Amino acid sequence: MNDGAPPDLQTLGITKRFGPLTALKDVNFRLRSCRFHALLGENGAGKSTLVKCIMGYYHPDEGTISLDQQQVTIRSPRDAQAFGIGMVYQQFTLIPNMTVLENLVISKAKLTPIINWQKEEHQLTQFMEKMPFKVPLTARVGSLAAGEKQKVEILKQLALQNRILILDEPTSVLTPQEADEMLGHLRAMTLGRQLSVLIITHKLREVAAFADDVTVLRKGRFVGSGKVSELKITQMAEMMVGSEVTAKPKQRNERLSKVPKLVLQNIRVKNDIGVEVVRGVHLTIHEGEIVGVAGVSGNGQHELVEVLAGQRQATAGTIHVHDQPYQPTREKIMRHKIFCLPEEPLQNTCVGRMTVAENLAFRNFDVEPHAVGGWLMSRPALCRSARGLIERYNIKPPYPEIPIQSLSGGNVQRAVLARELSADVEILIIANPCFGLDFLAMEEIRLQIVAARNRGTAVLLVSEDLDEILELSDRTVVMFNGRLVYETASPGADLAVIGRHMTGHAT
Amino acid sequence: MSIALPQTLNKALEPFLIIVGSLTVSMVLFGAFVASAGADPFEVYQTMYRAAFGTSFSWQNTLIRAAPLMLTALCTALPGYLGLIVIGGEGAVVIGGLFAAIAALAMPSAAPMVVLLTMALAGMIAGGMWLMIPGLLRHYRAVNETISSLLLNYIAIALLNHLVTSTFRDPESLNHPSTHHIGEANMIGLIPGTDLHWGLVFGIVACVIAWFLMHHTVFGFASQIAGGNVRAAQIAGLPVGRLVLIICFVAGAAGGLAGMVEVAAVHGRANDTLNANYGYAGILVAFVARNNPLTIIPVAVLLGGIRASSGLLQRAHELPDATVLVMQGIIFLVILFSETLYGRFSRLQKQGVS
Repeated sequence: MNDGAPPDLQTLGITKRFGPLTALKDVNFRLRSCRFHALLGENGAGKSTLVKCIMGYYHPDEGTISLDQQQVTIRSPRDAQAFGIGMVYQQFTLIPNMTVLENLVISKAKLTPIINWQKEEHQLTQFMEKMPFKVPLTARVGSLAAGEKQKVEILKQLALQNRILILDEPTSVLTPQEADEMLGHLRAMTLGRQLSVLIITHKLREVAAFADDVTVLRKGRFVGSGKVSELKITQMAEMMVGSEVTAKPKQRNERLSKVPKLVLQNIRVKNDIGVEVVRGVHLTIHEGEIVGVAGVSGNGQHELVEVLAGQRQATAGTIHVHDQPYQPTREKIMRHKIFCLPEEPLQNTCVGRMTVAENLAFRNFDVEPHAVGGWLMSRPALCRSARGLIERYNIKPPYPEIPIQSLSGGNVQRAVLARELSADVEILIIANPCFGLDFLAMEEIRLQIVAARNRGTAVLLVSEDLDEILELSDRTVVMFNGRLVYETASPGADLAVIGRHMTGHAT
Repeated sequence: MSIALPQTLNKALEPFLIIVGSLTVSMVLFGAFVASAGADPFEVYQTMYRAAFGTSFSWQNTLIRAAPLMLTALCTALPGYLGLIVIGGEGAVVIGGLFAAIAALAMPSAAPMVVLLTMALAGMIAGGMWLMIPGLLRHYRAVNETISSLLLNYIAIALLNHLVTSTFRDPESLNHPSTHHIGEANMIGLIPGTDLHWGLVFGIVACVIAWFLMHHTVFGFASQIAGGNVRAAQIAGLPVGRLVLIICFVAGAAGGLAGMVEVAAVHGRANDTLNANYGYAGILVAFVARNNPLTIIPVAVLLGGIRASSGLLQRAHELPDATVLVMQGIIFLVILFSETLYGRFSRLQKQGVS
């Protein structure tokens, strides 16, 4: 490759079929050198398939890929790496029990038989100093929050000196400030003629703010392409979904009651390595209210949710539900109907190898009609209930007897939502519910959450997406450094003030 | 619905093919072994078949050996549902047998039926508590249950040897320190019309109950959740620690019952014959049966047959006594290796989808 600018990447007539399904049909696409290019489309539009073809994961049935007008064959991600193309995936590819330094070093294409750790650390420290965002090299990746892991993924690609960087929804786990900062730096690097960036995203705001060019796919076909400066956001959205999108205003009832449902007092929690990350949280959530917890990831939200979900023990503090002391035992969970939608549902709240029907029954397998007499499992009853939920929540494919791990991410999320919402939930704990979901699935899930609120459910919504919090919640609190540092009514909230509190620059 | 049938069929077909395949490979390897020892492998297999399943007498011999294996296999199979690998069956047998004998000796004038029931209870409780130790250590102190259960086997054997040479020693058992005999009247009888003692019925019933418990009850369902993903179990509010302890207790109770049967049906006293490797062979049975309690029954019979053929092999082919242990070891290694083959046969996978 030439030593100056990154090469021009072009695909011509790419077609990819999976059995009877045509995932991509005759797609032409061009990532010009040193441009920031956004690839838009709904889930199933073929964005991921297209970049996987470029990365050599899939081999297109027809069509060619060329770099600087020279046709190339990319058989594997290793080939792609040799051409200087790197990708940041939606799912993390880091090794959790190794440090950031170790992860960065082992990802190098060529490793010497004996690793000179001092030298590597020195080099990577220098490299890190030039980078727009920093992650401590000695931190164990498993102890990092999602947002920080994502940063390490990006740093990894940059450390490999890839010239074309493909990012699959990189900002879904970042705060707006973090996202803007990161995208800003990536953009600066494209302007500095160091990098070409191809970003898959659903966030039109980011496209409008940072991308030079945009390409839209729909149902596996190329719909349009153009300069962002010449397109309106509504036009792009229209290209994506095929018609004018009208952001549905979330229909909410006036809140009538002021009954406190969930009261947290002075909750303190330690993380896996014994550091106190939740440092005295006080919070009351009322009937029919959504309280959004905003914050940069890694400020204790993750651990707070784990405590409420029963996955971690608080070191101090009390939880009261319906004015009674609460511990997350099955009996109390069922009595108070306090349910949970955690992030990464497949890892957090499903058993992958058990069937969809079984997973749907985790909340109520031990009551009639699933448990005859309270002890004898009835498979037919399990399947019947599952069929009902599958139909109501549109889970695909609609088979109750397949392992839940064979479902796509969005469908796993739908299944968990179906399970947690179906039993007249009174208190709902939600963390990043729309992480990695497409436009329509996201909208559907948000509507369900608001509908639950309108039925009187008290909702604690922890999200790293501030737009989501402001769209859904009645009240917004900001979590910083293990404490709730700011509270405001969500309608009319001042973004600048929230942002300052999120970053700890309130005073 | 069209997808459901081939998938379930396929789900059963894959383990079946892999297990039959690994048994075949084991037979080839063992054949090579006996050939190298100077015997004709085909004749050896014929002899083994005759010795294990050839006559009603050999069937009975096989089934008598299979009975304790069914129970000890449960020691490994049940914790397997929680993702635990417990290999403490040997210790549970020893402790169960020891306490069953002690219980019988403590009530010299009671009716035989009462004595037997008490022995069974004592053996099961003692064995159950014994295997609860690895469960407790695992849940509360994160000690690896495989290591702790293995080490507990040696402690159990040492405890048995200590007690039969001191407190509970029958002075007349000179060369072979044992407890006193529990009394002929207190021995378990035979199943009418056979030379089989009731231990076989206990084994089969225990396997069926265990299968029903794990696959058709709320308790079994909760255990499968906890075994599949602890975080999911926590969100569902399931008492993971309690499940671990109960399962370990039930597993140990099965082993303890095996020990009780050995005492009450075979030896009449507790001594080091309790430590006859039934616990270790049970691990093999559980692995081959992939922890399914119903599959344990035929696998235990198969392994019982292999063990029953030991004597005849020695006499007819002049092969050493340990030959059947070599076969057992080969099967174990091949089965362990075959675990890596699941999901590797793309043809099987595709059949399920199309």
